[in-house]
Amino acid sequence: MLFGFPLLSLIIWLPIIFGLVVLVMGDRNLKVTRWLSLVGAVAGFLVALPLYGGFDSSVSTMQFTERSVWFERLNVFYDLGVDGISMPLILLNCFTTPLVVIAGWEVIRERVSQYMGAFLIMSGIVNGVFASLDAVLFYTFWEASLIPMFIIIGVWGGPNRVYAAIKFFLYTLLGSLLMLVALIYLYQTSEGSFSILDYHQLPIPMTAQILIFIAFMLAFAVKVPMWPVHTWLPDAHVEAPTGGSVVLAAILLKLGGYGFLRFSLPITPDASQELAWLLILLSLVAVVYIGLVALMQQDMKKLIAYSSVSHMGFVTLGFFLFNAYGLEGAMVQMISHGFISGAMFLCVGVLYDRMHSRQISDYGGVVNKMPVFAAFFMLFAMANAGLPGTSGFVGEFMVIMGSIEVNFWYAFFAALTLIFGAAYTLWMYKRVIFGAVANQKVEGLQDISRREFSILAILALAVLLLGIYPLPLTEVMHVTVDNLLEHIARSKL
Amino acid sequence: MDFLSPDFAPAYPEIFLLVMVCVVMLADLFAGEKHRYLAFFLALFALAGAAVLTYSTFSTEVSYTFSGMFVDDALSDTLKLLMYLTVATVLIYSRVYISKRGLLRGEFFSLALFATLGMMVMVSASHLLTLYLGLELLSLALYAMVALQRDSSVATEAAMKFFVLGALASGFLLYGMSMIYGATGTLHTPELTAVIRSGVMDHAVLVIGLVFVVAGISFKMSAVPFHMWAPDVYEGAPTAVTLFIGSAPKLAAFGFVMRLLVEGLGEMAADWQGMLALLAIASMAVGNIVAIAQSNIKRMLAYSTISHMGFVLLGFLAINENGYSAAMFYVIAYVLMTVAAFGIIMLLSREGFEADAISDFKGLNQRNSWVALIMMVVMLSMAGIPPMIGFYAKLSVLQAALEAGYLWLVISAVVLSLIGAFYYLRIIKFMYFDTPEITQPIVFKPDVRLLITVNGLAVVMLGIFPQMLMGLSLFAIQHSM
Repeated sequence: MLFGFPLLSLIIWLPIIFGLVVLVMGDRNLKVTRWLSLVGAVAGFLVALPLYGGFDSSVSTMQFTERSVWFERLNVFYDLGVDGISMPLILLNCFTTPLVVIAGWEVIRERVSQYMGAFLIMSGIVNGVFASLDAVLFYTFWEASLIPMFIIIGVWGGPNRVYAAIKFFLYTLLGSLLMLVALIYLYQTSEGSFSILDYHQLPIPMTAQILIFIAFMLAFAVKVPMWPVHTWLPDAHVEAPTGGSVVLAAILLKLGGYGFLRFSLPITPDASQELAWLLILLSLVAVVYIGLVALMQQDMKKLIAYSSVSHMGFVTLGFFLFNAYGLEGAMVQMISHGFISGAMFLCVGVLYDRMHSRQISDYGGVVNKMPVFAAFFMLFAMANAGLPGTSGFVGEFMVIMGSIEVNFWYAFFAALTLIFGAAYTLWMYKRVIFGAVANQKVEGLQDISRREFSILAILALAVLLLGIYPLPLTEVMHVTVDNLLEHIARSKL
Repeated sequence: MDFLSPDFAPAYPEIFLLVMVCVVMLADLFAGEKHRYLAFFLALFALAGAAVLTYSTFSTEVSYTFSGMFVDDALSDTLKLLMYLTVATVLIYSRVYISKRGLLRGEFFSLALFATLGMMVMVSASHLLTLYLGLELLSLALYAMVALQRDSSVATEAAMKFFVLGALASGFLLYGMSMIYGATGTLHTPELTAVIRSGVMDHAVLVIGLVFVVAGISFKMSAVPFHMWAPDVYEGAPTAVTLFIGSAPKLAAFGFVMRLLVEGLGEMAADWQGMLALLAIASMAVGNIVAIAQSNIKRMLAYSTISHMGFVLLGFLAINENGYSAAMFYVIAYVLMTVAAFGIIMLLSREGFEADAISDFKGLNQRNSWVALIMMVVMLSMAGIPPMIGFYAKLSVLQAALEAGYLWLVISAVVLSLIGAFYYLRIIKFMYFDTPEITQPIVFKPDVRLLITVNGLAVVMLGIFPQMLMGLSLFAIQHSM
């Protein structure tokens, strides 16, 4: 807690309160609704900044902690705190929300208050997931984050939105319900504690560890998503409105990765070591196979969705290498993927708003009509392909370094993605942007507006900054990651 | 033989309510067509009066009266207070609906109050016959209420089915009780425990009696395989009556299980634990799976009730205070959600139009976004999504079941609730993702609007702050055992 001020609570509840106010305001005056949403989103980002400023990166303990009884009978606490792993993710989330609000500014015309309200509420909920140190509190936020996303996909999504929304909800719910069973089991074994930090110290026999690990793995693997439980993601992405895709890719996928770091690795370290081969295998399949799948996509959003799966494969690969390069690389990859995939979806959104098509074949020669846009899109495509100097390179490079330490072939397969990633991203870029103007519709295109320019410029800055000078990010997580590695190395049998 | 006047004090609320039922009947007899609302207000007054009386005797002490056949303790008082609240809410929700269907008559209110009286006797019984008496009073009133709409053939059929199956179940129950009496020589629940503990009884006969009793109980709770009546009755009865049947009687059913199985046959827990586990899993499976296929929302909610009752039974498996209080918390949460859900169905119906097809919810968000929001909250709560109350209810019963070592049961419950989530989501899909067939906006009377808002908020707020309700449940259980 900074000067005795409940900063984390503010970060969680401020966007939620703004979201509720926006909901109550309704659609009577769209201008007020939009501006109020923007104020809420920006305020949410501003209050999160002291989190970075006041963070002590020399210790691995939880900081900004808050703790009070929530309900006594089950020993549940309102228990908040952040460390070097969760703090950057909270910042990423607070950073993304204003962009999403601006991205939907003129595009969303129906039920604006509900759209904006849903995003603001979700922003607060996701902060809650990252900041919770109590299992029930965590689970509450975790599940609650499904509701706004379900509505966003279902109401403002594309033609097949109902199928996608329900698939998204049920898939994630399946994973998380098994996690709930594991949590109740841990509550039983720890003799009545729901504190996540208590679980970190709790000795658990091997069989139980493996079962708990599998339950957690299902929950988080669905969220990440790992192959073969990734199939909900392309559907959800394709049908979701642009803002929904951005939040889904930039934020919600990170919940899964975060779950591995907060639950699987520290609570069941022995099982993690035992089953690391499985996770590494699945990650490599995602990296290689899904990379190939992405190559074949005709739909831009689907292509980026598959590329997300492939990139998130790097994240899970990094987790289970159990060395500092791997873990830190995975963390950097999560943050960088947040920027890049968000930016890629925004770029597709810019095109879709004008042409109402996501098919690559409907485009061609866009650069002739939208040169500024083409430049931005180029930068993000390069970053997606992992070009040095962009944030995409840093994470992937670190993970590959980490995997060489463990096994040459892991590194070999992981490095293949640099080829596939470049292939599918740049091939798509070439077909959409270059060449002669393909048809009448492309002929009529107008370059990006100031609103779109500002979002893309901010993201471009972030991608370059993190690519050239990643130290501010790696610095805050360094001690926490080392501590986590030490913790995993100790047996808990 | 000298006759001692019993101590009436513990039964004041029941006596008051009985008197008031007679007043309602008489008053309605003399009130003209214009003053039909008199019965409504009298009924609310009766419930308020009973609440005051119950609250004034609310204490941690246990007092018996009528030669130990009737008990007044924290559990009975808590359940009674919740019943008054539920019944009053039901009556307020129902007012417009029944007046448009010619049911706004004294009969409706006096039957509802009789049923309430039956429930009160049930939860205050410390003797098997008192228990049976209360149950029959409740059941007979309910049969009549289902059949209240005389010209509706569906309602009459439902009433008939309800009556025949209900009478059969009562027979089971009575038969089981007689066997218990034969094995132990007593009908007083506290004495039963003592006799069974002493071991001076015929165990085989007792177990057979127990089986019959559990069958009777599962009928009343609509647990599978004794659930057949529920979907037909829920669908056939006028929605106001469905709302009544689906809400307060479940509180009474919980009290019934507590009095009979826990207080009376608590020593047989090892025997009934397995039975309840089986009933629980069957109810959750059948309820959740069959609900998916329904196109009538009342029928769907009937199956959802069946699955919820399965969850309630999970709480009993732990055989300790925590488990029972978890079950009680679940029942209260269930009643809160059900009242809101049926309340909304009823509010959407107009003269000559029942909004009971799921497709009637199409585009509700565009017609009245506030009601759609409340319905969404209720549906998510039923599906067990936090931060709604339904999640914390599920969490407590699952914890209780896991404590009892039923890991397989907990995992199946979790998987089945995932299946259940699908049909709740379907309602949300209709409300939010589809465009309405009728675009006419929906407007409510302000009192109903306020009540439904409070009800919806309670589902969220009691979820975010479950401490109070959980504490109340634990308090009630602890001070009556």
